[in-house]
Amino acid sequence: MLFKILEVYARPDFPEKLRQHVLLSLAALLVAIAIALPVALLIRNTRLGAAIAINIGNVGRAVPSLAILALALPLLGIGFASALVALTALAIPPILINASTGLREVSKDVIDAARGMGLSGGQLLSRIQLPIAAPVIFAGIRTSAVQTVASATLATFIGGGGLGDLIVEGYSSRGPEILLAGALAVAILAIITEVGFGALERVFTPKGLKIAQKRGS
Amino acid sequence: MSNLALLLQDVLQEPQLIDWEWIRENFWEDIVPAVQGHIFLSFVSVALALVIALPVGVFSARYRKVYPPVTFVTGILYSIPSLALFAILISIPGVTIGPAPVIIALVAYSLLILIRNTVAGLDSVPPETIDAARGMGLTNRQILFRVELPLALPVIVAGIRIATVTIIGIATIGAYINGGGLGQLIFDGISRQFPTMIIAGAVLATALAIIADLLLLSLERYLRPWARAGRT
Repeated sequence: MLFKILEVYARPDFPEKLRQHVLLSLAALLVAIAIALPVALLIRNTRLGAAIAINIGNVGRAVPSLAILALALPLLGIGFASALVALTALAIPPILINASTGLREVSKDVIDAARGMGLSGGQLLSRIQLPIAAPVIFAGIRTSAVQTVASATLATFIGGGGLGDLIVEGYSSRGPEILLAGALAVAILAIITEVGFGALERVFTPKGLKIAQKRGS
Repeated sequence: MSNLALLLQDVLQEPQLIDWEWIRENFWEDIVPAVQGHIFLSFVSVALALVIALPVGVFSARYRKVYPPVTFVTGILYSIPSLALFAILISIPGVTIGPAPVIIALVAYSLLILIRNTVAGLDSVPPETIDAARGMGLTNRQILFRVELPLALPVIVAGIRIATVTIIGIATIGAYINGGGLGQLIFDGISRQFPTMIIAGAVLATALAIIADLLLLSLERYLRPWARAGRT
């Protein structure tokens, strides 16, 4: 069985499926960041904005990923592009909700102190609010990334390609080694994403916050 | 911009994005059983997961060394994409397609959230309360069941809420390996190129998740009478 699985990985179309999967996930994640972060910044000082972000996040959590992908089919048609749009829509809520709460939860005292030191609005954002909120923002990006890699597996159902193609091929042709090869590749990719973004999250945590975390405050 | 206009035109001109006739005709044969199947899958999975997660959570809260490996293993399970986990499960000899592997996978996904919240709930019980209970002569077992677990319950229910919403979403994918439920409508809609079925499945699954979320949220609030009283 193991040998048969490795044979699937040696197939000429495997690198292409892997490439599609990574490209689909990465593009969706980047577009989602490009949309969610500016929105979070824009609404950071309004109560209504926070309520909207949290509600989008909650509804986003309730809508099944399969539903979003499947709905893209009648609305946008079959293929890579519509899968990308659907995955982007799925990737936005976790980033938006974390960025919005992260920026909001920067303590008032810290902001007052920074203002007292004479920092302008822009400096306040870039030197105080963003660094302090960075770990929370990154946690959102990590959640979103892992979720996007998982949902990209479903892109195959609307002709979007990716590693899900192998699972569908193995399932419908009753080729257990193809099925398992696809599933294992997806699982490993997801775990690498989880671990990799976890490491990035630690890198982006400012030194001062790490010390504070260690002290348990 | 013209692309968007064309797209909108396309969507609006789509002869029947929702075919109400079909919904009326197939309401009892297709839609109601799909909803029932979905509720069954989600409920059984969360219930089974609780049976495992509660003892494991209590044990991990007591013996702290166990907790990191437990979260590591359940964390790995949680990050495996559902379609892949379904595929891996049905590759195991003796496991056939149907609701069983779907439920196993859904249980696996619930574990991390439920165990984490059980431990967090038990951690939130003030040590003074436990001391007081001990001073009143309660045994360890009595302290667990009469003091710690009731006080931890709101946090545990919060975990049940998150797990249930997650599970209702993932359960749709289970229809691919014949697990039944609302995903069946979505997959049938895709293969028949029939948007009505996709929309029906998607909307109902979302509605189910939102309803479950609200119900469990009100349970959570009800179980936290001290928070209600303390609110100004």
